Amino acid sequence: MTTTPETIVDGSDSGPAGEPPETPEAKATDAQAPEAQAPEAQAPEAQAPEATDTTAEDVEEAEAAEPAETESTGEPAPAPAPAPTWKEVGFDTVARATGTPFEHQPFLELGLQDDEHAKIEQILGRRPTESELAMYSIMWSEHCSYKSSKLHLRQFGEKAPRSERLLAGIGENAGVVRVSDRLAVTFKVESHNHPSFVEPYQGAATGVGGIVRDILAMGARPIAVMDPLRFGAADHEDTRRVLPGVIAGVGGYGNCLGLPNIGGEVVFDECYRGNPLVNALCVGVLPVGRLQSKAATGPGNLVVLIGAKTGRDGIGGVSVLASATFDAESEQRRPSVQVGDPFMEKLLIEACLEIYDAGLVVGIQDLGGAGLTCALAETAAAGGTGMSVNLDLVPLREASMDPPEVLASESQERMLLIVTPDNLPVVLSICSRWGVLATAIGEVVAPEVGGGRLRIWWRNELIVDVPPGSLADDGPVYARPMREPADRILLLADRAETLPQPSAADELRATVLRMAASPNLCDKTWVTEQYDRYVLGNTVLAQPEDAGVLRIDERSGLGVALSVDGNGRFARLDPYTGAKLALAEAYRNVAVTGAIPVAVTNCLNFGSPEDPGVMWQFAEAVRGLADGCQELGIPVTGGNVSFYNQTGTMAIHPTPVVGVLGLLANVAARVPMGFANAGDPIFILGETRDELSGSEWAHVTHGHLGGTPPTVDLAAEQRLAGVLAEAARVGHLAAAHDLSDGGLAQALVEACLRRGFGAQITLPDGLPPFVQLFSESAARVLVSVSRGQEAAFAALAAERGVPCAALGAVRAPSSVLAVEGLFDIPLDELREAHTGTLPALFGELASRTGEQSGELASRTGEQSGELASRTGEQSGELASRTGELSGELATEPGS
Amino acid sequence: MSAIIGVVTFPGSLDDRDAARAAARGGATPVRLWHADSDLHRVDAVILPGGFSYGDYLRCGAIARFAPVMETIADAARGGLPVLGICNGFQILCEAHLLPGALTRNQHLHFRNRDQRLRIGTAASAWTNQFLPGQEILIPVKNGEGRFVADSRTLDELEAEDRVVARYIGGNPNGSLLDIAAIRNEAGNVVGIMPHPEHAIDELTGPSLDGLGFFASVLKHLAGSSVRMAANQGVAA
Repeated sequence: MTTTPETIVDGSDSGPAGEPPETPEAKATDAQAPEAQAPEAQAPEAQAPEATDTTAEDVEEAEAAEPAETESTGEPAPAPAPAPTWKEVGFDTVARATGTPFEHQPFLELGLQDDEHAKIEQILGRRPTESELAMYSIMWSEHCSYKSSKLHLRQFGEKAPRSERLLAGIGENAGVVRVSDRLAVTFKVESHNHPSFVEPYQGAATGVGGIVRDILAMGARPIAVMDPLRFGAADHEDTRRVLPGVIAGVGGYGNCLGLPNIGGEVVFDECYRGNPLVNALCVGVLPVGRLQSKAATGPGNLVVLIGAKTGRDGIGGVSVLASATFDAESEQRRPSVQVGDPFMEKLLIEACLEIYDAGLVVGIQDLGGAGLTCALAETAAAGGTGMSVNLDLVPLREASMDPPEVLASESQERMLLIVTPDNLPVVLSICSRWGVLATAIGEVVAPEVGGGRLRIWWRNELIVDVPPGSLADDGPVYARPMREPADRILLLADRAETLPQPSAADELRATVLRMAASPNLCDKTWVTEQYDRYVLGNTVLAQPEDAGVLRIDERSGLGVALSVDGNGRFARLDPYTGAKLALAEAYRNVAVTGAIPVAVTNCLNFGSPEDPGVMWQFAEAVRGLADGCQELGIPVTGGNVSFYNQTGTMAIHPTPVVGVLGLLANVAARVPMGFANAGDPIFILGETRDELSGSEWAHVTHGHLGGTPPTVDLAAEQRLAGVLAEAARVGHLAAAHDLSDGGLAQALVEACLRRGFGAQITLPDGLPPFVQLFSESAARVLVSVSRGQEAAFAALAAERGVPCAALGAVRAPSSVLAVEGLFDIPLDELREAHTGTLPALFGELASRTGEQSGELASRTGEQSGELASRTGEQSGELASRTGELSGELATEPGS
Repeated sequence: MSAIIGVVTFPGSLDDRDAARAAARGGATPVRLWHADSDLHRVDAVILPGGFSYGDYLRCGAIARFAPVMETIADAARGGLPVLGICNGFQILCEAHLLPGALTRNQHLHFRNRDQRLRIGTAASAWTNQFLPGQEILIPVKNGEGRFVADSRTLDELEAEDRVVARYIGGNPNGSLLDIAAIRNEAGNVVGIMPHPEHAIDELTGPSLDGLGFFASVLKHLAGSSVRMAANQGVAA
């Protein structure tokens, strides 16, 4: 293929029509032919129409057709009359838009309101073209513009404590926290809720892919993922459809990408039946000096699109899916869900990191929701520059795509780089080495030239001419009406503390077992076995531990701890306190490992902001989280809002999910959750109150939700974290486990089963045993202390003002969990209850393998013929040989 | 000078850094080999690491088998070069016909990651000579397509010739025939193993230190047979 050096449309000093964009055939900057690009890269100023033979004629025609445009320098020139008809051009252009001001536009269908459309016309001084309309509709959608949440989210910045560590905060792709002189860590959690209900596997997979690119865009190597997941009732048929697909999607993408999955949540509640929550967190690490910017600075610099080709997948995902309430037609929205290719993303990661290390990029932005539209608008707006883009150069999966589709496509595994012309050849050759397609599609234009506008050409026609900031920053902002839900007074009055409680010893014993087996508290091995937790070799703690712990520096042992937590029931009762409780739990989960919490991210999952009750919940939750972070002295570094999680008028519980990042000076000092040595004394830290409203016990045994959630005392959480960090540092702690869902009883079950040790417990005097066992009071932790250190540990707790009560001691392996005067439960019985639930609910796939063995065998390539019969014969024998495999997935206890 | 172990990076390799770290922890000097470079750079042994080479497109290992580096490795392996294929590497070795059989989708159709007990079958290989036959070890397994299958004649041969290097015990995680987790070639220099020894080299990050035995074994093998190996490699070249 012969190419000429002209690919870049440059609006800097000549009119738009004077710039003949290349045809797709002449796509010059293809990574497959990097050498061919070099001359162009080195001579971008040679912008004279040196088009290929095939395009030259078109260019002349275009020029002849629109003489008026050639003199234009900045403002769109008035179109010659009559404007070309739709048929003549085949797509809408700026010239057409100017000439046909009253043409009907489907803005309502695209999710724009009347006044929003009027505002666009006011910004442009004309009606938008169809491409512009598509761009505004997605950039001004709830998902991209945060138009309902913006007013509230400002508190995160306003109330944020000053932090020397924060290198990048809210507004960037992800917050970046300095962790040593040399290293920084970046982390963020995002939602992919709506796509995951429509198409569970791909929805969840691309949720992982999207957050990983956010982390990559900051200059970091992604090092782990976590997934807080929420589904409808565990035994509901929708959950049976959605959960296996979501788990397989999270695993399928993350495993293939080579990122360990180190934690998360799996929560079941009827309120999520039609709106499962699939949140994904990614954490990355970078040398401090490698921090990247998304600003497209430097006029003359090139805009390079790398990664996958652009296809029709995910078109309108954000406006259609994420910004509207589900209805009966949701099934038909499958084409709005993106399709992921983790292999391409892995290559993209390696290529980008090599490019960063060589110092070859000026700016970088990932393509996620709103695709190219968002990346172009945000990079230009952040740089305060204009940008000229030739859309014909975007590599397409389907040649018949029209410009709005190309601009709106949410095809995965793409990044937008801003590169100096000198560096282009090296960037292209690195991409080529990794097999990543790379194409220069445009150029950064000085703001003083033509008013710093984002201009996009297609088939030689100007189709977009807008101020980039109007897309990225000037979207509508709504102060939505808010009203405390009318039912809340009744809800708060209906306290769970007044429900009938078990008190007899055998009732308590049965309740411990029932709770341990309940879907929210049961063992999640069925899920987590589908995730790779070992890859990259730095996973120090992973699920079911309270927090994931990663080593980030092998020499010093420096590491980070991460936890994500939320409690929709608490937030339903009181969103302000609920958000603070989620923060407190994540903070505590990080603290029990011995880490010092330093930063916060959040994913705020709510119903429709157009419902004043939901909006009130949202505002209260944001206020609670912002106040909480201020009290704890750790900043929110970024996050994500997911509205419209409702089906019809039925909204989910307000579900703020909070992620906390902590630091460990040496991961060798980390404290795991499981009892580890027989004879170690066991203590409970913190104060237990009669707090059962919103508890797991009320939910499981009474299906009850009412009352006020547990008291939140962040100063107490801080003191507790201080004791834990110090005790971990000096090596007092053998195990530490957060008390939260299910209270002390569940914490004991988990601490015993984790490594198979028993415990002998004597409940302190005071509250009834039931309350002590199942209350969900916050700011409490169960610890086992190395023998001989108990006096020093108790003195430390006393000195820091943390209540500390002796509970008993760790017993021998494979013994019992015994509560003095009440019950003994053998560990085997506990384990059976705890581990059996999910395989019983979701293990059906495994039992179908018998039917599938023929099919499997036939896939084994050259051996197929003989094998098929061989495996047939063997299947009976096999089943007996591999006895334990049987029908269930999780046959091994997690110990 | 310590032995040099080359770790191949294919597009989509994931455990390559881990394998290099494990080789270093085991006392060797790791070097990175690139899939498109057919030169083995005078390494003493090669590890084909875990991952999803070429996205597992077509079939696991089916495309990697044709990488330029694999032609050289196949020749050198026939000449005696110690080669360890872990997980995806095992799949590649089968696709390259350096080992018999195939790895198919797990019988239960799920990816599964767990700490797995294995029983060493034979110590007569370049990668297991520091273990005792019958020794139990604990290393992580993590795969979606790790079910070893082969025709009955091959299975009989593997057993008769003492070429089953390790078997799953305490539960077969993927439905492998005869609980096979690892096998070797006739000469014993090429071993394919589905579980991941490179993730059991540090008590902080793995379930045991049992993975180190594989690296100690190859160092012992290289030290004991350096003369023979050099001769073999000369022939292969």
